[in-house]
Amino acid sequence: MVTRLLRGAGFGLPLIPLIFLAVFFFYPLASIMLLSLAPEGRPDLSAFSTVLGTRRYLDTLWFTTWQALLSTLLTIGLALPGAYVFTRFRFPGKSLLLSLATLPFVLPTVVVAAAFTALVGPRGVVNEGLMSLLGMESPPVQLQRTLTLILIAHVFYNYAVALRMISGYWANQSTRIEEAARVLGCSGWRLWWEVRLPVLRPAILAAAVLVFIFTFTSFGVILILGGLRYATLEVEIYRQYNTFLNLPVAAALSLVQIGSMFAMMIVYTRLQRGIVVDLQSAQQVARKPRSRWDYTLLGANVLLMVLLLFTPLLALVHRALTVGGGLTLTHFSGLGENPRGSVLFVPPVIAVQNSLIFALVTTLLAVSLGVLTAYLLSRQRGRGRLSLTSWLDPLFMLPLATSAVTLGFGFIISMDRPPLDLRSSRILIPLAHTLVAMPFVVRSVLPALRSIAPNVREAASVLGAPPWAVWRYIDLPLISRAIIVGATFAFTVSMGEFGASLFVARPDTPTMPIVIFRLLGQPGIANYGQAMAMSVILMAVCAAAFVLIERLRRAGVGEF
Amino acid sequence: MKRTIMFLLALLLIVAPVAAQDDDTLVIVTYGSFAISEEVLEQFEEETGVTVQILRLSDTGNVVNQSILTRDNPLGDVMYGIDNTFLSRALDADLFIPYESPMLENVPDELQLDADEFYVTPVQYGDVCLNYDRAYFAENELNIPQSLEDLTLPAYRDMLVVQNPAASSPGLAFLIATIAVFGEDGDYTYLDYWAELTANGVLVVDGWSEAYYNEFTATGEGTYPLVVSYASSPPAEVFFASEELDEAPTGAIIADDTCFRQIEYTGILHNAANVEAAQQFIDFTLGVTWQEDLPLQMFVFPVNTEAELPDVFAEYAEIPDNPVVIDYRDIDEKREEWIEAWTDVVLR
Repeated sequence: MVTRLLRGAGFGLPLIPLIFLAVFFFYPLASIMLLSLAPEGRPDLSAFSTVLGTRRYLDTLWFTTWQALLSTLLTIGLALPGAYVFTRFRFPGKSLLLSLATLPFVLPTVVVAAAFTALVGPRGVVNEGLMSLLGMESPPVQLQRTLTLILIAHVFYNYAVALRMISGYWANQSTRIEEAARVLGCSGWRLWWEVRLPVLRPAILAAAVLVFIFTFTSFGVILILGGLRYATLEVEIYRQYNTFLNLPVAAALSLVQIGSMFAMMIVYTRLQRGIVVDLQSAQQVARKPRSRWDYTLLGANVLLMVLLLFTPLLALVHRALTVGGGLTLTHFSGLGENPRGSVLFVPPVIAVQNSLIFALVTTLLAVSLGVLTAYLLSRQRGRGRLSLTSWLDPLFMLPLATSAVTLGFGFIISMDRPPLDLRSSRILIPLAHTLVAMPFVVRSVLPALRSIAPNVREAASVLGAPPWAVWRYIDLPLISRAIIVGATFAFTVSMGEFGASLFVARPDTPTMPIVIFRLLGQPGIANYGQAMAMSVILMAVCAAAFVLIERLRRAGVGEF
Repeated sequence: MKRTIMFLLALLLIVAPVAAQDDDTLVIVTYGSFAISEEVLEQFEEETGVTVQILRLSDTGNVVNQSILTRDNPLGDVMYGIDNTFLSRALDADLFIPYESPMLENVPDELQLDADEFYVTPVQYGDVCLNYDRAYFAENELNIPQSLEDLTLPAYRDMLVVQNPAASSPGLAFLIATIAVFGEDGDYTYLDYWAELTANGVLVVDGWSEAYYNEFTATGEGTYPLVVSYASSPPAEVFFASEELDEAPTGAIIADDTCFRQIEYTGILHNAANVEAAQQFIDFTLGVTWQEDLPLQMFVFPVNTEAELPDVFAEYAEIPDNPVVIDYRDIDEKREEWIEAWTDVVLR
């Protein structure tokens, strides 16, 4: 059965992700675009000239692009040394550190803003400390509503994406080339520049693309931390759809955003193609840090992670325990009470359960579809100048570049009759999450898949291994690390996402971020405290899940 | 290929059958902060034999827009909570079918904005007013501002935080209040006022939560003792306090011409599947049971004059006598123009 399936895989299986994308992404997207740009059946493209002829929109596009570039460079630049440390060194607390680093990804921006205010706000810990220490009158650190804070927040959110994708890939690359280079006298910066970076290029580019798209479509960070002087296209699209119901302009802006992403992705797939691959893959063995230099590097990276990622998280925990008085667990117990007997009250257990169910369904869907996609794309590699990949690959990234409100409107107008009468269905949420999560799996698995030398598989076949055995004993061990990275992010995306859940009307199945969002929408210190407490629970559940995923990998196929 | 098709069919079978609606289910479409007591809803279900399903979206704008996009095949039967800032958009789109509830006799006429047409029925209202931090004003021996003009005085420099009208409904309400007071024409318009406010250090943030919890002095580490919020926020602070309080930590300023009244409505959606149940529901929401439950659920005031307020409201909530007056039809029509002009003055 499995064998037949895998043989059939030549045709059928890899098409599944394409069909999924067509039904759940392109169909709703096309519906809302048609309704917006051709309401009477005749296309009216004047909105494009409005958008491209308005100074403000062009400024917005320009700002969106350069802040995304800057954020991406910063994130990759900071994560690269981290990836080195995590690949090469063995040290206590390593996997815990990696799990914690991934936590920011699930936190709603409002909550992160609260954490940053508690730390570096005018009355935050840092400023009060400095003021009493140096006897200053006014707060010395003024980060509120600055571009600096936007950039810090973007690194805060995306550091783990880069760190995990690069180190996950690196750990499977043989060190032989590097050793050869050393023997030939290459060291220091040259070693990085001429050996390590080229080896890592596929993973670095893949991570950079994700970070770029994420920061290009940044919404909450810009609005809440950056203040209102800054706006991205995403913000503008939201406004045009939600506030003004200006369908043509909103649609034109959405298409400009999607179009820019598509163009960028085509450049990316081109860059990816000329890559030196076919390395002999092998598991790298991490070693203990030895020299003073090793320890300095390790220490510096851990310190960076602590300062950048963990102090805000700690500030949140602190708030959850102290808001409205001394150290107390009231806010945690308060989450379970329903003093008003509200019909839509959500006990925290239910919110955790809903989040976990959505996240599990999303992870399963995203991993299976994502791995199939990666196979589809890896097979197309390098034939002819305009191979199918350079068109197909970008398509799978587009859901990330599409704003939640655009897709949400698309869903409600296109999924309203059988056989796709889904618009009020619970399944729509994991489906929407899968669209966003799949690119993470693809970006993570594809470089690993491409670096498997074909002759290894051929050798196995020649020696009589059936296709499933080739996959099980050659492919799977080599891509398992990448699958785990992809699965972790698929899970995380689903746990933290709440745009789709807000824009899709459905029977109430509130997730943790939704509960946080609703609590923060009401006055009263207990609501605020409970929102913080729920954020801490969200972090705890995710941390537990990361540890579990890591265990699964070790127990399963990872260590061969 | 066959396998692929079978896989997809299987997926559809798993996924599809959730939605079907039967005759005695009533679907309410509303915003995310909707709440009501379990027992009140159960009472309605028992009395009528109707099962209520509640679909919640993010905010009123989203509810209205999605309903316009799905007008011919609506998401539900009743829209709950559309307010006067979005009313004309919905009426222009012919979103509702008329219903004149017999229960309207206990509702003041001035709340029925689409007079004599009854496309919508008032159900609750709330006033967007400035809130201040009591402790801050007492410690600094400051007077509480009593008019919008006061806010431009040097005494209140760097003290006010407001929300972005493009994103937040209290933000828009406050902008509308300034438009109602200062007007759009003449020597001194609302834009002149905002230029002065800006010069006096008003802070604009995106939404209510950020203003209230991150910038307001009374609730966090903020540095702004004045915030745009609701007249019902002080009782909410008492109700949701972490320990028992004798006095609210915040106060609402209810002086004449400083507040904007958001009146919220219900309406039966065009092509609703269950019109009869929808009418029964609208009658029920005007009844005393529902009306008396509203204040503590959504921190709004009942429209039924017979309804009594809960203690915490009676004690800590104040209702402005003279909120600003503005034609609701102007609001949606000019929303974009106002926000654009405001953005040019305040943010750019």
